[in-house]
Amino acid sequence: MAQKTYAGVTLEVTEDGYLIDSSKWNEEIAKEIAKEENIELTDKHFAVLKFIRQNETGLTIRKVGNSGIVDIKGFYTLFPGGPLKISSKIAGIKKPTSCV
Amino acid sequence: MTEKKDTKVKKVAIICAKGSIEDVYATLVMANGAVMEGMEAKVFFTFFGLDAITKKYMMKLHTSTVGNPAMRMPGGLPFPTLLGLLPGVEAGVSVMMKSQMEKLDIPRVDEFLDMITAGGGEIYACKLAVDMFKLKKEDLSDHVIDIITIGDFYNMAGGEGSQIIFT
Repeated sequence: MAQKTYAGVTLEVTEDGYLIDSSKWNEEIAKEIAKEENIELTDKHFAVLKFIRQNETGLTIRKVGNSGIVDIKGFYTLFPGGPLKISSKIAGIKKPTSCV
Repeated sequence: MTEKKDTKVKKVAIICAKGSIEDVYATLVMANGAVMEGMEAKVFFTFFGLDAITKKYMMKLHTSTVGNPAMRMPGGLPFPTLLGLLPGVEAGVSVMMKSQMEKLDIPRVDEFLDMITAGGGEIYACKLAVDMFKLKKEDLSDHVIDIITIGDFYNMAGGEGSQIIFT
């Protein structure tokens, strides 16, 4: 198992870089993971991250699109290049397994 | 031992030529899956596949209950082909399939196309098939960027890490 240090905390991560223990997550950690993805987090990003942390089970792009926080196009703009996976990584939750 | 070197898939060009629920959804899931992974996706609908992007038919796709050996009754018993011939059975099976998909959060065709295009995926219609079915641009869903020839489609399907998929 790999380890990574974010915001001064050493955390266990999967090979793909997803946090093993999502309870260790905080906003400072999120900012540093986001930096690795070349994303500067805004309040809008954090609102989405909060939603996906609360809806980890059965999370799909469609659910995020229906969240009222952001539409699907906006979701792609916030997290370019694979929004569901990248946002899940930044939110400190497991790698999503959904095909939709 | 030689080192294995994979080139990542960066772009998929998908051709959908059939209009049953399962064929269309295979295409939509693959196209959406590609944009979800940050890949480019271009979809070309032709022949009966045009139903998936024709306003009049896109929400009324059916699955065939005849000549499909993988078709089973709820519970797993084989589905007799003769039963599939009865009026209304195909419609009933199609409604059941759609409701099962809804439970898995698989969207309807129009919403699926919204999702794909929101992620940057591009939808095209085949000129030859559009002419054959006597359709016009306005008969097609607004998701359709253009009516093009297969040659045009091939010309936009190239590049390193590109794949052409036929469903």
